[in-house]
Amino acid sequence: MSNEAVFQAPAAAGTHHDVHGDHHGEHHHHETFITKYVFSQDHKMIAKQFLITGMVWAVLGGLMSVLFRLQLGYPDASFPWLQDLLGKWWADGGKITPQAYYALVTTHGTVLVFFVLTAGLSGTFANFLIPLQVGARDMASPFMNMLSYWFFFAASVIMLSSIFVENGPFSGGWTAYPPLSALGDASPGSKTGMDLWLVSMALFVVSSLLGGLNYIATVLNMRTKGMSMTRLPLTIWALFFTAVLGVLSFPVLFSGFILLIFDRNFGTSFYLSDIFVNGVGALPNEGGSAILYQHLFWFLGHPEVYIILLPAMGMVSEILSVNSRKPIFGYMAMIGSLFAIAILAFLVWAHHMFVTGLNPFLGSIFVLLTLLIAVPSAIKVFNWITTLWRGNIRFTPGMLFAIGFVSLFISGGLTGIWLGNSALDIHLHDTYFVIAHFHIVMGVASMFGMFAGIYHWFPKMYGRYLNNNLGYIHFWITIAGAYMIFWPMHYEGLAGMPRRYYDYSVWESFKQFAELNRFISTVAMIVFAVQILFLINFFYSIFKGRKVTTQNPWGANTLEWTTPIRPGHGNWVGEIPEVYRWAYDYGKDGKEFIPQTKPIGDDESHH
Amino acid sequence: MTMFLIIAVTVLVFVVIFQIAKASEYVAVLKGEERTRKQDNKINGFMMVTFLVLGLVGVWYCNELYYKKTLLVHDAASVEGARVDSMLWVTLAVTGVVFIATQIVLFWFAYKYQESDKRKVYFFPHDNKLEVIWTVVPAIALTVLVVIGLRNWFLFTGDAPQNAMVVEVTGKQFGWIYRYPGKDAVLGKKYFKNIDNATNPLGLIWEDKMVQDDIVMEQTMYLVKGRPVKLVIGSRDVIHDVGLPHFRMKMDAVPGIPTTIWFTPKYTTKEMKEITGNPNFQYEISCDQMCGNGHYSMKGVIDVLDQEEFDAKMAGLKSAYATLFPEKDPNAAKPADTVKIAAKPVEAAAKVVAKM
Repeated sequence: MSNEAVFQAPAAAGTHHDVHGDHHGEHHHHETFITKYVFSQDHKMIAKQFLITGMVWAVLGGLMSVLFRLQLGYPDASFPWLQDLLGKWWADGGKITPQAYYALVTTHGTVLVFFVLTAGLSGTFANFLIPLQVGARDMASPFMNMLSYWFFFAASVIMLSSIFVENGPFSGGWTAYPPLSALGDASPGSKTGMDLWLVSMALFVVSSLLGGLNYIATVLNMRTKGMSMTRLPLTIWALFFTAVLGVLSFPVLFSGFILLIFDRNFGTSFYLSDIFVNGVGALPNEGGSAILYQHLFWFLGHPEVYIILLPAMGMVSEILSVNSRKPIFGYMAMIGSLFAIAILAFLVWAHHMFVTGLNPFLGSIFVLLTLLIAVPSAIKVFNWITTLWRGNIRFTPGMLFAIGFVSLFISGGLTGIWLGNSALDIHLHDTYFVIAHFHIVMGVASMFGMFAGIYHWFPKMYGRYLNNNLGYIHFWITIAGAYMIFWPMHYEGLAGMPRRYYDYSVWESFKQFAELNRFISTVAMIVFAVQILFLINFFYSIFKGRKVTTQNPWGANTLEWTTPIRPGHGNWVGEIPEVYRWAYDYGKDGKEFIPQTKPIGDDESHH
Repeated sequence: MTMFLIIAVTVLVFVVIFQIAKASEYVAVLKGEERTRKQDNKINGFMMVTFLVLGLVGVWYCNELYYKKTLLVHDAASVEGARVDSMLWVTLAVTGVVFIATQIVLFWFAYKYQESDKRKVYFFPHDNKLEVIWTVVPAIALTVLVVIGLRNWFLFTGDAPQNAMVVEVTGKQFGWIYRYPGKDAVLGKKYFKNIDNATNPLGLIWEDKMVQDDIVMEQTMYLVKGRPVKLVIGSRDVIHDVGLPHFRMKMDAVPGIPTTIWFTPKYTTKEMKEITGNPNFQYEISCDQMCGNGHYSMKGVIDVLDQEEFDAKMAGLKSAYATLFPEKDPNAAKPADTVKIAAKPVEAAAKVVAKM
C-alpha cells in the first residue's frame, strides 16, 4: 500500500516558504567515498552510521538472548550443533556452559543498554533530527560529531574482541559490581574480558560526551530564525534533556570505572575490604567499600534509563500527533514533565540499592522521590491518550509502534510503583519481577520508540519507503510476543525466582516454572526471527523500496519535510526557512495541517 | 539435521512472507493506493480492538495458569511477610485498576478514532483543568502507597525485638556458613586474615572468650517458630544476597560491611509441608546477587523447628572451638544439654561482629 496516498489526501493548507525540488541540485563540494560514507561529517550520514552499527549490535545482543533462553527453556537438552558452531568453551557437548551463560547475560545487557538503546537510538535520532528539526545545516561541531561515532565504533570493536579472548568476555552482570568484577580469581570472566569491557565502556563514555555536548550546543545556538524554544517539536526537547542527562551523569560512571581500574591493576582498595578468595587466600585490601561503586554506577545507571527512554517519548509524541492529525495535547505540560523527569532522574539512584543495607532514612527519601516520578509519567500517558481522542488516526507502521510504546510504557511503568516502594522491593528485588519490569518499560518500549522513529523517518533518510505490510506483520507479532515473553515473568517474580540463574531445576521453590520457561524461550525465538524480517525490509528498502515522490509524505509540520526529498550536506538549498509557529497546528481552523514555515494569518484563531 | 530443517523452513517462510508483502505493494498501486491505504487502516483499526480483547483474555488466562505457582497462594511464612503481602495486594489493586482502564481507553480510542472521511478533527491543544486532575489524583494515590510502604520499611529495617535470637550468616563462593553465638549470646570476634578453609572458615579469633562457645555450621540453619531472629549478614569474598522468598525478606552480604535483617518465622518446616501440600517443601535461601559462575547453585536451607526440637538439636552440637581443640573444651566433662541459646538482649552482638 501507499504512503504517497497520505499526502494526496486533502492538500496542505500552507504553501511552503521555500520549496525546492531536487532539480535545483545540491551543494557541489567534492566528496569522495571516504568522506561521504566513512569519515563523514554530515549529521545525516553519522546518524545512519549509528543506526546501522546499533542494528548489528541489536542482532548480536538479541542472538545472545536467544542462546541463553535456550539454556533456560531447555536446561536438560543438548544441541550438538551448538558446539560445532560456537566451540567447546561456549557450548560443551552442545550445552551452554555456566561460564558462557553468564558471559552471554552480561554482554546482552551491556550491549543492549549502551550500544543499541543509547548509541543506536539516541545517537541516531539526535544526529538525524536535531539539525533538521531546529533548522540548522549541521551540528555545532560536525568534526566532534564524527569523532563521537568513531569513538563508539572503537568501543564496539573492543567489546566485540572481548568475546574472543581466552577466558571469555566479562561475566559479572552488566552492572559490574566489585569485588566480583575486580577479582580475576573470583571469576574467570573478570580477567582479560573485564579489562576489555572497561576500556570499551570508557571509550563509549567519551563518545557519549562528544555527542551530547554537540546536541546541547546545536539546540541552544543553532535554531533557525523564529524557532524559539517553545516552538521546538517535542522530539527536540526530549533529545535535549537526554543530552543534558548524559553529559552530567556519564562522567560519574567514568570515575567509578577509573577507581575500578585502579583496584584491579594498581593494588588500591577503593572497593575492596575483608576478602578471602578460595584458592588464593586473604587479600591485603582493607578499608574499601563495595557499596561506593554502586552509588557511582547508579548515579549514571538510573539517568541512563531515561537517556534511553526520553528520545523514544519525544518521537512518540511527534508521531502520535502527526498521525492523529491533531495537536499533541498539553505541549507545555509535556515539556514540564520531561523536565521533571530529567531532574528526578538524578535523585532516585539508590532505589537500586534498597537491600544493600543502606541507611533506612536515606532509603525512605529515595522511596519518596522515586514514586514522585510516577506523576510526570502519568501526565505524559494521559496526554498521549488525549491526543488520540477525537483525532483522525492513520495507522502507519510508525503510528502502530507509537501506540504500542504507550501501551508498554503503561504496563512496565506501573510495576515501577511496586519496585520503587522499598518495603515491597525487599521481596521482589533481583527476581524475575524486575526483569519483567525493566524489559517492558525500558527495553521493549524504547525499542518500539526506535522502530516508530525508523518507520516514520525512513523516507527522509533514504528517499524511499519501507514495505508497509512487512511493517504491520513486524508490529503485531512483536507486541504480542513481547507481552507473551515478559508478562508471565511477573508471576515467576512473585514466586521469588531470582535473576541470573543458569538452572532452576535443583530449587524446590522455583522448579515449577520449567514449562513456562520453555514457552518464553520459544516465543523469544519467534520474536527474534521477526526482527530479522524487519532488517531484511530495512536493507532491501534502502535500495529497492518504493520511491518517495513528494516532499512531505506524512503531511507533517516540522522543518525536516521542507528539505529536498534527498537532502545533501547542508540540508536546505538556499536559505534556511523561517519559522512562525509551533509544530502542532494540525486540524486548526479546519485546515489539515499548517507547517511551521507558514506565517500566522490575520484571521487565524488563537489557542 | 533437524537444525538444518528448521533453518530451511524459516528461510522459506521469510521468502514467502517477503514476496507476498512485496506483491501486495504492487497490487496496491494497481488497485489505487488511496483505496488500499484506507482498507489497511480499517484492518489495523480492527486489530487494535482485537488485540485489546485478546490481550485482556490473555492476562486472565495467564493468571489462571500461574497464580497458583506463586507464593501468594499461601500465607507468608513470617509475621512481617504478612505485611509485605497486604501491601502487595493494595499496590496491585491501585495499579491494576489503572492498567486496565488506561489500556482499554488507549486501544479503544485508537479503534474508535481511526481515519474516516466524515470525522472532523477536534483541535484540542490543552485543558488546564484536565491536566490538574491527572496530576493531583496520581499524586494522592502515590502518597497513600508511600505512607503504607514507609511504615513497613521502618518496621523491617528498625531494631529487632528484645527477645530476638541472633544468627550470623556468611556468604562465600558458593555456599553459606552460619554461626550461633552460643550460651553467652554474643558473637565473638573474627578477622578475615585468620580464615582457613579447613579449620577456621570464618576467621574466628580463638583467644576471644566470646568466640569459644560459638557454634559454626553449613548447609542448614535452624530457627524457632514464633521467635524473632536477627540475621547478621556478611560475605567472605564477593557480594552475595540472602534471599528468603517465603519470609519475604532479602539482604545483601557485602564483604567488609555487616548488614542485618530480622523477622519472625510463623510456621515450622513441617507445617509448611502441610500448608503447601508439598512433602519436599524446604525453606530455601537463594543467593540473589550475581556472585560468579556458581551463583545459581548457592543454596542454603532453613529448618524452622519448635522450641523443644530446636533445643534438642542445639544440645547435640559442639562449639567450633571445642571441635578444633577438644582438649581445651570447658564443657567436655559436663552433660551437653546445658548448651542452649539464651534469649538475652543481643544488641552487643552486632557491634563486635565484623572486625577487631
